Amino acid sequence: MGRGLGEAAVADNLGSGPTPGLAIEARGLVKRFDGTLAVDGVDLAVPEGAIYGVLGPNGAGKTTTLRMLLGIIDPDAGQRFVLGHARPQDIARQVGYLPEERGLYPSMKACDAIAFMGALRGLPLAVGRRRARELLEANGLPPDRQIRQLSKGMAQQVQLLGTLVHEPRLVILDEPFSGLDAINQGKLERLIRSLAEQGTTVIFSTHVIAHAERLCYSVAIIAGGKVPYAGSVDAARDRIPAQVRLETRNPDGPWRAALPTTARHEGAFWYFPLPESGIEPLLRALIEGDAGILSLSIERAGLHDAFVAIAGEAAAKALETGEGQG
Amino acid sequence: MSAGRLPLLKAAWVVARRDFTAILFSRAFIFFLLGPLFPVVVGVIAGGIGQRVESAAGAPQVAVAMEGRDLDRMLMAQARLAGHLGFGVPELVEVERLAPGERFDARALLESREGNYGGVLTGTPADPVLTATVERQWWAGPIAVIAAAADDPAAAAYPRVRTETVAASGASEARARMRTAQAGQVILFLLTMLLAGMVLSNLVEEKANKIIEILAAAIPMDALFLGKLFAMLAVSLVGIAVWTAAIGGVMGMPGIESLFGGALSLGDLPAPGVGWPLFLALGVAYFAMAYLLLGSVFLAIGSLANTVREVQTLSMPVTMLQVFLFLFATLAVADRGGWMEWTAIAFPFSSPFAMLARAAQDESAWPHAVALAWQAGWVLLSIRLGAALFRTRVMKSGPQGARRRRPWQRAAAAVAQGPRRA
Repeated sequence: MGRGLGEAAVADNLGSGPTPGLAIEARGLVKRFDGTLAVDGVDLAVPEGAIYGVLGPNGAGKTTTLRMLLGIIDPDAGQRFVLGHARPQDIARQVGYLPEERGLYPSMKACDAIAFMGALRGLPLAVGRRRARELLEANGLPPDRQIRQLSKGMAQQVQLLGTLVHEPRLVILDEPFSGLDAINQGKLERLIRSLAEQGTTVIFSTHVIAHAERLCYSVAIIAGGKVPYAGSVDAARDRIPAQVRLETRNPDGPWRAALPTTARHEGAFWYFPLPESGIEPLLRALIEGDAGILSLSIERAGLHDAFVAIAGEAAAKALETGEGQG
Repeated sequence: MSAGRLPLLKAAWVVARRDFTAILFSRAFIFFLLGPLFPVVVGVIAGGIGQRVESAAGAPQVAVAMEGRDLDRMLMAQARLAGHLGFGVPELVEVERLAPGERFDARALLESREGNYGGVLTGTPADPVLTATVERQWWAGPIAVIAAAADDPAAAAYPRVRTETVAASGASEARARMRTAQAGQVILFLLTMLLAGMVLSNLVEEKANKIIEILAAAIPMDALFLGKLFAMLAVSLVGIAVWTAAIGGVMGMPGIESLFGGALSLGDLPAPGVGWPLFLALGVAYFAMAYLLLGSVFLAIGSLANTVREVQTLSMPVTMLQVFLFLFATLAVADRGGWMEWTAIAFPFSSPFAMLARAAQDESAWPHAVALAWQAGWVLLSIRLGAALFRTRVMKSGPQGARRRRPWQRAAAAVAQGPRRA
């Protein structure tokens, strides 16, 4: 996974050319539909070779942002660079795209459908057919069966293979996990990791935080058409102080003075934010105050907690329920 | 190798190849080919019945007005010859036995439209006079045979039948060619109406299958439009070729021409101004232009429909538009060189019809090169406009409700809630 390129570079470069090392760069993208603001000044910086997640509830502006990056629609304002090109059309043959709404011609054979998708990206039909057979056989799918004869999960796999048949440098997946069962979700996660290991940049949108947390080094949180956070998953989690969970043998004593005033007692445990001074002064005070420590753990905030803190409760609720926002 | 999108024509080829093969190798294509068979079968049956009715009850007769003896000889000769020659001998009907020296007004009888008379025979068997329309002048031959047999059963020579034409056929060259022009327009219109309407529903499959976004992300929308149009044009041309071959084969069957009463014989039409080979080539070219022009508009309109039901709703006004254009072009034929013909030629959607009529009426070939270039320009323009309309109207995201709002609804929402975001 690509690391180390600061997202802050985007803001500094407004109006200039693409930043080297970034597969995708968006600066202040704006899109309105019939006067309704769908995307409001989105900034993104996706390093080459990274697995990058775009997190947000339905209707937050994820698909519109991805469509602008692909050149399907043009932004009303802002700049975008895809693999260093200001016009996504100029690099279309090196991009693979899996839309949220899956689509294949039902009467086509699986291998022909994949070859057709490759042909749309400039792959000769004969080469596409050969690669399609190899990919289908490697994934245990029947090459000569019509799409209408495949199960929904198999058809989704065929479409994904069609997205990859021309061996793109950049793969954009819009809600790739939706509609997949747990086994196929795991398979897709493995495929995304292997693509990144081969140097392919993968950007995907999702409203399931667990996928982003497992796969991504960096994410963008998008809510209400804006990106309140874009950066590493670690940095997002670090925005919320780690929580200390403490269990003591003695219910009271001088050690209580070491706890912050916000500490709350639930059952046998005390919960409070990790003090800025760190764990060692706290441990010393607890031991000297005769707390009788039975257990002590530091729990780092998850991406979900970070999402709630960054995007707000309403967006988090919409994310969980899968309902549209705004 | 370029990393950008496929060039327009190459992308259009990828789309056209898929559509063409998908349609050609589908079961639906068999029904497409068989489609025109139904009206043809109905036409053959109706034509056959009509032919029988006409031959049984409505065959035109020759009214005979002669002196009594001459008349009897003519009727007997006709009856005798009919036994040998059958339908080749016209039926003679006595209308008046004339006194010696009495004259008969044959024109008055024909113009009175009494009876089922195609002509009137007067004079004597030695000097018969046939009064008939120009279409029935050919009766002069059989009547000469009857008259010869009536005058002398052993006659070896035939009298010369004098003919008088009652109504001018209007068979001047220009008027004769007008028939070819109108026939060409009718065929062009029928084929265009039959085939161009199919593209109305052409993008519904892509939208229903959600594949439209994959296409839009990979290739220019113009290429998608162009590819679909040319695929449908190719399918239509395959259909026309099959139908033409089938009609040719059927017409080559013995006895089939009499079933149609010669109605389908191309040889009956006067030769067009530019000659048959160029006229037929121009017919194909103008069909392609008419198809592409109407098809591009239909494709743009149809692309905005989401369901087959919406397409069906749209098809009625579209069909009316086609009929209007056809009627306009038909009227223009009669106004040769007038403002109506020039308007029909200049207006891109009626131009192919008007120019095909001109090819039938006028010998000049160069105006057709100009017209085809003019029409091709409009094809490109309408494809571009259609693609732009499709791109702006369909490729949107965000909540459906936001898209459907009218300006006043948006204004009200803005006042009530402030700017909404998707």
